[in-house]
Amino acid sequence: MTEALLEVREISKSFGAVLACADVSLDLRIGEIHALIGPNGAGKSTLIRQIAGNLKPDAGSIHLAGRDVTGWDTASRSRAGLCRTFQISSLAMEMTVLQNVVLGALGRRGDVFRFFHDPLKDTGLVEAGMHALERVGLRHVARDRTADLSHGQRRQLEVAVALTLSPKVFLMDEPMAGLGMEGSRTMTAVLDGLRAEAPILLVEHDMDAVFALADRISVLVYGEIIATGTGAEIRADPLVRSAYLGEEATV
Amino acid sequence: MSLILLIEQVLNGLQFGVMLFLMSAGLTLIFGVMGLINLAHGSLYMIGAFAAAAVAGATGSFVLALAASLGAAAAAGAIIEVTVIRRLYDRDHLDQVLATFALILIFSEGTRWAFGSFPLFLDIPDYLSGPTTLPGGIQYPLYRLAIIVVGLAVAAGLFALIAWTRIGIQIRAGESDREMIGALGVNISRLYTLVFALGAGLAGLAGALIGAIQSVQVGMGEPVLILAFVVIVIGGIGSVKGALIGALLVGLTDTLGRFLLPVVFGAFMEPSAATSIGSALASMAIYILMASVLIARPRGLFGAA
Amino acid sequence: MRRETWVGIILVLGLLAVPLWALAVDEPYTITLATRVVILALAGVGLNVALGLGGLVSLGHAVFFGLGGYAMGILASHAQSYTPLAEWPILIEGSKSMPVIWLVACAVSGLVALAIGALSLRTSGVYFIMITLAFGQMFYFFSISWPAYGGEDGLSIYVRNEFPGLNTLDPIQFFGVCYVILCLALLLVSKLSRSSFGLALVAARQNAERVQAVGIEPYRLRLVAFVISGVITGLAGALFADLNRFVSPSMFTWQTSGEIMIFVILGGVGRVMGPVAGAIMFILLEHFLGGLSEYWHIYLGALLLGVVLFARGGLIGVLAGREVAHD
Repeated sequence: MTEALLEVREISKSFGAVLACADVSLDLRIGEIHALIGPNGAGKSTLIRQIAGNLKPDAGSIHLAGRDVTGWDTASRSRAGLCRTFQISSLAMEMTVLQNVVLGALGRRGDVFRFFHDPLKDTGLVEAGMHALERVGLRHVARDRTADLSHGQRRQLEVAVALTLSPKVFLMDEPMAGLGMEGSRTMTAVLDGLRAEAPILLVEHDMDAVFALADRISVLVYGEIIATGTGAEIRADPLVRSAYLGEEATV
Repeated sequence: MSLILLIEQVLNGLQFGVMLFLMSAGLTLIFGVMGLINLAHGSLYMIGAFAAAAVAGATGSFVLALAASLGAAAAAGAIIEVTVIRRLYDRDHLDQVLATFALILIFSEGTRWAFGSFPLFLDIPDYLSGPTTLPGGIQYPLYRLAIIVVGLAVAAGLFALIAWTRIGIQIRAGESDREMIGALGVNISRLYTLVFALGAGLAGLAGALIGAIQSVQVGMGEPVLILAFVVIVIGGIGSVKGALIGALLVGLTDTLGRFLLPVVFGAFMEPSAATSIGSALASMAIYILMASVLIARPRGLFGAA
Repeated sequence: MRRETWVGIILVLGLLAVPLWALAVDEPYTITLATRVVILALAGVGLNVALGLGGLVSLGHAVFFGLGGYAMGILASHAQSYTPLAEWPILIEGSKSMPVIWLVACAVSGLVALAIGALSLRTSGVYFIMITLAFGQMFYFFSISWPAYGGEDGLSIYVRNEFPGLNTLDPIQFFGVCYVILCLALLLVSKLSRSSFGLALVAARQNAERVQAVGIEPYRLRLVAFVISGVITGLAGALFADLNRFVSPSMFTWQTSGEIMIFVILGGVGRVMGPVAGAIMFILLEHFLGGLSEYWHIYLGALLLGVVLFARGGLIGVLAGREVAHD
């Protein structure tokens, strides 16, 4: 059995009377892409927010590389190797593309309280940043202002910043959102190459991408995981077909 | 220290508190509905006081003076809302601070130009002057008692307005979801002008009521404005209930602090040192209260989490 | 070189040229005016670290300006009356030495900034503005009601404090001291804004979530920025008190906070030279509009309103063009 780098153990979260997350358990193993799918309102973002540390679960625990991180804040989890990309691009928009990746490299190195050290003249940081840009195909726009990038390029930059952190685990919230056909294909290729580096927990609506990429898929409906398995297993699962795929299942 | 003196101080604290509520209610509504921080709220307080003093001087009627304070401040509020403030709703807080700070400069110097630098006096009318006897034989100034009554009545009216009227429903809708009220077909810009004028009118009324106890002068609004900020930070931004509780807390803490701290220090110090240390610490009491609330609840007592 | 750099160099050289010219034609008042500009610019440079780089809208920077002023006033008044500041637990004497006073001013402002920052940075946005304003008012009322150091009347210091090897009573020499400090502060802030710390701080202003996601806690960045900011403004307060040889609670008023903010905004927020341009503009306005009308604050208000509503970017923005992300 392969070791799980990220383990979510029976976490629950409710808002008032609404149970947004009911006894959810899932794990992420070395080398895999584990996709989390589910209809809108199934509780995917609530789950992501709990894993990333924006939201505290009412019960259950979250383990990262063997350590219990349930009580940790976002920044501490990030330093421990959990790297998140956002559904809506979350970047320093007035900075250059390079500055954004250098910020990531700086966070990775962890010595941010240096007052006379120019990070853009630090070859280590700049090379790490450029390397990450190279991998997502953004090297040529390194000096551009982030706000001037196209939507697709911002999604790529989001992933590039994640790469600079060389995390143990990626947590990606709809990296394909708003991308065209071409963009989705490029992104799929990038993610495909990433899993060897660190496993990805992928929340995604683009089913073509999910079935092309995922080693395992978990289906979240009404805050509950109703099935976990390979693409073929999920396609065949009657519960999933009736609950999630809707009328398709009745055929 | 007598019990009667203490009760009198508690009443003074209440009077100070309801006056702060009149200031803070408008500020917190304006923030809650429009998301705007308005430093010029103190100028509206000043405008109310000056309008009251001018009308009282011309007509001799205190009731007309109060009506004038409400009307003048509400009108000034509506005018600045239409000309300046509405350009600021979708700006960041820094722009709001600067623009409303600029309004303070304009209002203060404009008032100084129109009325001169000397303070005006607004007299308490005969039928409200002098002391009255409360149950228990406590002698208390009738006018201050009237302020408490007026303040509580306005508070009750405001709560009723928000709870039961059409405008109130729109205000509550606006606080929870700004786009929503537009979708409901509410005329947003009219609602905003109305809320701003309402808040301004309350500030003006407070200025007139206090103007009769203190003097009416340029710059009278800003210290009260900052106290109202303390009230809002304690109560939670956007909450009228929080503003009421916060205002009473601040009013009582300040008044009783000034009264009690010198007495407390007097128990183990020589009187003159006790007075100076006590009053210096009393001047900090409400800020310490604010800091304590912040440590426990960074969003205030009734603020959204 | 970029246009903004050129504008900066011209401003700094111009600020040096004016008092030198005034010295040549024997106009000591102009030298004093220039010294005022330099000191107010320094206060603005301080605020700019919090406001411009960190995006922290502090309306309480008068606290640090006033603390710097009182550090000077209290130390010098004790030295002037030959009474120690404290005899227990250790003997603390007053001082007439500028470097000592500066050190104390910086230390006190820094500590208070740490306390105020630690509390008020728990919140953000409007709360932060209101809380910093409220703490400013607290110091103001405290300075009025604490009778030991003049209360409402303030403290007069009869002779300007000493700097080794200089005659500080000579206006041009005192100007020189202040000018050098301003240049050092500008250099420091310019380095800071390009440093790792500066990059993370500016990023936290633009997008705090992003900074957290790379493992950096915005709270700590902002707290450090707030302390640096307070220290610089405190130093300006000590110099300002020495210029006037007088301190009073008016240094603690919210108007002082507002005016320091006006320099930064008029000059161009977040730009290293912004406060210098703003302070020059403010003193010129005060001088010329104040000569035109007793009510010059009306015009200042109208101007500020115009800048906020229609001319984002301030004076440096007009002179040097839109802000570009430096690389």
